Amino acid sequence: MIRDITIGQYYPAKSILHRLDPRVKLVSTLLYLISLFLFKSIAGYLAVTVFLVGIIRASKVPFRYIVKGLKPIVMLLMITVVFNLFLQKDGEVLLRIWKLSITTVGLRNAVYMAVRLIYLIIGSSLMTFTTTPNELTDGIEALLHPLNKVHVPVHEVAMMMSIALRFIPILLEETDKIMKAQQARGADFESGNMIQRAKSMIPILVPLFVSAFRRAYDLAMAMEARCYRGGEGRTKMKPLKYQTRDRAAYVTMVVYAAAVVAIGRFAPLQVWIF
Amino acid sequence: MDMVQTEKLVFEYEKRDEDGNVIGASRAIDEVDIDVKEGQFIAVLGHNGSGKSTLAKHLNAILVPTDGTVWVDGRNTKKPEELWNVRQAAGMVFQNPDNQIIGTVVEEDVGFGPENLGVPTDEIWKRVEDSLKAVGMLSYRHHSPNKLSGGQKQRVAIAGVVAMEPKCIVLDEPTAMLDPVGRKEVLKTVRKLREEKKVTVILITHYMEEVVDADKIYVMDHGKVVMEGTPREIFSEVEKLKEYRLDVPQVTILADELRKRGLDIPKGILRKEELVSEITKILQK
Amino acid sequence: MSIRLEHLNYIYSPKTAYEKHALKDICLEIPHGEFVGIIGHTGSGKSTLIQHFNGLIKATDGKLFYNEENIYGQGYNMRKLRNEIGLVFQYPEHQLFEIDVMADVCFGPKNQGLSREECEKRALEALKLVGLKEKYYHASPFELSGGQKRRAAIAGVLAMRPKVLVLDEPTAGLDPKGRDDILEQVAYLHKQTGMTVILVSHSMEDIARYAGRIIVMNHGEIMYNDEPKKVFAHYRELEQAGLAAPQVTYIMHELREQGIPADTDVTTVKEAADEIIRALEAGMPNALDDKMSKSRQMEKEK
Repeated sequence: MIRDITIGQYYPAKSILHRLDPRVKLVSTLLYLISLFLFKSIAGYLAVTVFLVGIIRASKVPFRYIVKGLKPIVMLLMITVVFNLFLQKDGEVLLRIWKLSITTVGLRNAVYMAVRLIYLIIGSSLMTFTTTPNELTDGIEALLHPLNKVHVPVHEVAMMMSIALRFIPILLEETDKIMKAQQARGADFESGNMIQRAKSMIPILVPLFVSAFRRAYDLAMAMEARCYRGGEGRTKMKPLKYQTRDRAAYVTMVVYAAAVVAIGRFAPLQVWIF
Repeated sequence: MDMVQTEKLVFEYEKRDEDGNVIGASRAIDEVDIDVKEGQFIAVLGHNGSGKSTLAKHLNAILVPTDGTVWVDGRNTKKPEELWNVRQAAGMVFQNPDNQIIGTVVEEDVGFGPENLGVPTDEIWKRVEDSLKAVGMLSYRHHSPNKLSGGQKQRVAIAGVVAMEPKCIVLDEPTAMLDPVGRKEVLKTVRKLREEKKVTVILITHYMEEVVDADKIYVMDHGKVVMEGTPREIFSEVEKLKEYRLDVPQVTILADELRKRGLDIPKGILRKEELVSEITKILQK
Repeated sequence: MSIRLEHLNYIYSPKTAYEKHALKDICLEIPHGEFVGIIGHTGSGKSTLIQHFNGLIKATDGKLFYNEENIYGQGYNMRKLRNEIGLVFQYPEHQLFEIDVMADVCFGPKNQGLSREECEKRALEALKLVGLKEKYYHASPFELSGGQKRRAAIAGVLAMRPKVLVLDEPTAGLDPKGRDDILEQVAYLHKQTGMTVILVSHSMEDIARYAGRIIVMNHGEIMYNDEPKKVFAHYRELEQAGLAAPQVTYIMHELREQGIPADTDVTTVKEAADEIIRALEAGMPNALDDKMSKSRQMEKEK
């Protein structure tokens, strides 16, 4: 159940995406995320869809696995859709239920927002699927390196992120175990009102925090024992070096962004209200 | 040459009341003297809470003595300028396999130590490959540590230490959380390292079966070294070991039981082959 | 009164890349009052199996009867089942959460809907059963030592007064004395209360000493289900399954190979000593010296 969460997890495979420089993937992801908000027509969505499908194919990550990563955002998605659907007063009324009405603008916004959100999650999880947390750390560190000059501890922040990612699956598994252990002692997490349910989480959260602190303490000790002393004087096993394919990827991304914006703005395609 | 030496080592934890004021101290280590020569295999035995893990942390300068001195490879662990040299000379493997792997891919984790030491990139790759080969995990180099068994994770942790090219490896209960198969894997790996790399090994454990090959055993209780000797000498004292909340291998107990019943079997039998040959000897008389 | 499994199968994450057939066609009956040992290497399915006993995991197919009632039947009271079958997980101290030991042990009875007085009464009783000293009852569970924490956690399950106690490797990570203490306590419980005990362990030596029957799991299947002696007779097959018989079993087999007519049917040190002496006497009466026969004489007189 809990173990199904795949956001932020690395998926080992041998694809061109896996081999790309993490800096390229970080910048591209950012560019991609921005691109999602730069158009307002179905043509733009089609263009993004084509691009996204292409990238998914290139990543060699199974589509089913990617979809599974969407599960945790279903709630968020529903809320977005409901709010857009019912709170929009502009446009032609399509359907009236009691005091609520769905308008053309509301429906369009709801669908667009939902698709955007899904694409946003898929796009960013594709980055984490194809980049090991260590590479990610290296990428972030390299990109944010200039901030070092204004005394931002870039290396430390990057290291913390990478460790957090490594411990996500371990802590999820642990949560699962603690839940079962408390259930065996008769704990009930499913019934009761909101307050009772929140209270019933205490027997899970306390042991989880205790365990997280113990692990943090152990890990800090293990890191020190292996001579970790921050970023200074550290060499890299996998130093970042741009290859031809990375340059090609940058060019592709610029072309993509320009194309999406152009198509989204100027292509005359329209279907019904979209 | 002395690899590790402690002289009247004392370590005290401060006891604090609820407001954080110091109200006293409790001694975790009480005047311990140990002496480890280069290339030796030393075991430290003791029940949980006997101070053996606290001792281990001194050998890597994670803790520094309250009193007395620890020398690692001739360096005083109390001197701040020696800290990194000490930690590089004496690598440390801990009990919980999950809580000491930093990397999300096996090879990146093994590279973590050399990276910290500032080893050049090409050399890191070489060391990672060598050490993964030494622990028999080379074919798992691209795997995620989360998918490995406990024994495999500990072997990766050992490789991570080996890649730092230490002269001495301290293993703090490396098998306590493993199943019998994992335990065997780890011990086999440690034995192989001793033979091939001639590295000094200090094994801290409460499993007696793991220390029959040791050159010397220290038994700890209440922060003190209470017994010291070869495995045969130590295992001759079945009753005394039980007092210290320890256990001896089943074959040693059986030999002891047979001797009590009058059979002519020497003290300190360690392996089943020895016992079998002693019994057949009796028959041939 | 029993737990009975009929053709039980369990598949993890079916129809995904991680699909795993964890339990294959398990048929098993554990009558009330038995002390059963379950043994198997990591990943053999033993932990998955015991989580079926109190319904924490639902079988993919097959049936599980508790006291002749199908627990997968409609309207079956799962809560009641969990009250009767107490499950102590591996490293149970990781589930402690209350401000003091007493309150933590009361968690189970409280969930059973008992009154405060009754909860505390049962908690006290359970804490006595596990042999935790009274001075720790009102200490924070996080301040106890490893062995004490584990006792407190086991008390947390016992306080629910289960009729069946399932323990998943209760001795993992403890030192030899701590290990023996916990197992002795469990054996005492079994004798004192007559409850069914199902003990999962890696250690053949431990299981041999306490269990009346051993179930060996291998790759999700039951490999053996018999009394200890008969299971250990297959010591070579056990080795192939990543397990090992107790050391004494090996010694007896080796003696036999050396031509000493010792019975290999022993599982504990005491039995082994008896058998070696007997074999030596029978095989070569003259081989035993005077002192030997004297000590035997003395034993007889006693």
